[in-house]
Amino acid sequence: MSTIWTIARKDFKTYFTSPIAYILIALFLFIMGWMFFFNLSHFNLQNMQYQQFNMGKGISITDGIIRPLYGNMNVILLFIIPLITMRLFAEERKGHTIELLMTSPVTLGQVVLGKFLSALLLLLVMLAFTLVYPLVLFIFGNPELGPIVTSYVGTVLVASCYIAIGVMFSAGTENQIVAGSLTLVTCLFFWLISWASQAVGSVWGEILTQLSLIHHYNNFGQGLLNSNDVVFFLSFIGFGLFLAHRLLDSFRWR
Amino acid sequence: MIQVSHLTKIYGPRAAIQDLNFEVKEGEIVGFLGPNGAGKSTTMKILTGFMPASHGKATIAGAEVFENPIEVKRNVGFLPENPPVYLEMQVYDYLEFAARLHRVPSGSVARSVDTALEKTGLGEVRKRLIGNLSKGYRQRVGLAQAMVHNPKVLILDEPTVGLDPKQIIEIRELIKGLAGEHTVILSSHILPEVTATCQRIIVINKGVIVAEDTLDRLTTRLKKGLVYSLFVKDAAKAGVDAIAAVPGVTGVSVQPDRKIVVEIAPGVAEVRDRIVETAVQKGMGVLEFSAERVSLEDIFLQLTTEEKSE
Repeated sequence: MSTIWTIARKDFKTYFTSPIAYILIALFLFIMGWMFFFNLSHFNLQNMQYQQFNMGKGISITDGIIRPLYGNMNVILLFIIPLITMRLFAEERKGHTIELLMTSPVTLGQVVLGKFLSALLLLLVMLAFTLVYPLVLFIFGNPELGPIVTSYVGTVLVASCYIAIGVMFSAGTENQIVAGSLTLVTCLFFWLISWASQAVGSVWGEILTQLSLIHHYNNFGQGLLNSNDVVFFLSFIGFGLFLAHRLLDSFRWR
Repeated sequence: MIQVSHLTKIYGPRAAIQDLNFEVKEGEIVGFLGPNGAGKSTTMKILTGFMPASHGKATIAGAEVFENPIEVKRNVGFLPENPPVYLEMQVYDYLEFAARLHRVPSGSVARSVDTALEKTGLGEVRKRLIGNLSKGYRQRVGLAQAMVHNPKVLILDEPTVGLDPKQIIEIRELIKGLAGEHTVILSSHILPEVTATCQRIIVINKGVIVAEDTLDRLTTRLKKGLVYSLFVKDAAKAGVDAIAAVPGVTGVSVQPDRKIVVEIAPGVAEVRDRIVETAVQKGMGVLEFSAERVSLEDIFLQLTTEEKSE
C-alpha cells in the first residue's frame, strides 16, 4: 500500500511541477464556468417566463441546472482525461525511467494502481474547484442535495473509467499522442455505444446499452444510486487496469 | 553472491546471449568487457529482473531471479545504460522516491539519501532540477539512485560512458571504494575502464563468454600470440619454408588435408597479407585463410582501438 502511495504521490507532484495540471485545470474550469453561467441565466429566464404567464411551478433546479451541468461535465472530462493519462507510462518508457520501476522491489500491479491513483487525485482536485457551483446554488436558491451528491459520485466513477482506459493505452506505447488519441476515441465510443442499440435488435441492443457509460451515468444524474451501475463502473475500471498490467508485462518479454 | 548458469536470451531468431555461466563472490568487483552488442546489457537486464531469460538460472544473494524477483530486487541496485532519472524532479526528491521504492523504512529515508548524496558528491546540487544538470551529474544521480538503499549487489551498465576524463576518474574511484562492502558488476566496451576498476574480468563477445580471469592472467594469455590456418592445393616444402621465413612467423606446421598452421609472435604488426602473398607467389593455390579461433586477442584489439577513437 505504501508503495502504491509512493508512486501515486510522485506522479501527482509531477503534474504540478510541469505546467500540465495548471493548464488542464484552467481549461476545464473555464469551460465549466462558461457552461454554468449560461445554464443559470437560461434557467432564470425560463422560470421568469413561467411565472409571467402563470404556467405553473416551472422546472426544478435539479432538472434545469444540475442534470445538464454535470452531464456536460462528463463530456468535457472525456476530452480532458486523455490529456492527463497519456503521459503516465508513455513518458516513463520514452525516458527509460520505466527501468527504475521495473527493477525496484514493486509489483506491476502496484505500479498500475499508483499511476491510476495519481490521475484520480488530479481529477479530484479539478472537481473540488467545481464545488463552487452548488455553493452558489445553495446561497441563492434551495436545490436538492441528493442529486448533487450522486452527480459527483457518478462523475468520479465515469471519469475513473476514462482514466483506466487512459492508463491502459499509455502502458501500450511510448508515444504520448498515440496513447492520448486512442484513449479519447475509446472513451467516446463507450460513451456513444448505446446509439447503435436501436439498429441491432433487442438482445444485442440491450447488451450495447448495458455497455454504455452514458446509460449507467443517467441514473446518477437523477439522484439514483443503483448498485448495478456502481458494479458496472468498478468492473470497467478493474478490467482496464488488468489490461494495462498485461500490456506492461508483455513489454518485458519483448 | 551471484551465480549464473546456462543463461540464454533469444530475440526472435537471434540469441543475444548463449549459455552464460559465471559466478561472482561477495565483495568482488567484476568487469563485463565486450564490444558493443555483445550481450552485456541483456545479461544485466536479466540479472536485475527487468526481463526474463529464455533459459537458464540466475541467483543473487540466495534468491532466484525468476522465482523470487521482489527479494532479488531488494538486494540489487541497478544503473541502466541510460540513467533512469526524471528530468522534472529535484535531485533530492528523486533519490527520496528511489529510496521509498526500494523499501527503505520511512525513518531512515533522509539518512540514506544524504549518504548517497555525499558518496556521489551531489551535495551542492541536491535542490536542482535533474533536467538542468550536465550529463556527468545525471550519471552520478543515476549512480546515487542505484546505491541509495545500500544494496548488497550493484549492477552498473557502462557507468562512465559520456563523461569527461576528470569525471571518469572520480566515478572510477567511487566504484573502487565500493569493493568489500558491495559486490559490483560493471560493464564496459573499453579495456582501460575495466582494468582500472575491476579485480576480475569476464570477456563476452557475440553472446558467449570468451574468457574469464584476473587481468594479469588474461595479459599472459594475450602474450601467446596469434594462430592462423591456411588451406592450400599444394603444400610443397618450398612454399612452407617460404612462409616460415616471413618476419614475425614463429612456427609453421603442415597438417592432414593440406592445412598449414602458422603461428605469429605476439606484438607483431599485421602479417596476414605477407603470408598469403608468399603462398600465392609460390603457387600453392590458396583455398582458405582464417583465424584459428575467435581469439581473445582480436576482441582486445577491437576494444583498445575503440578507446583510441573516442
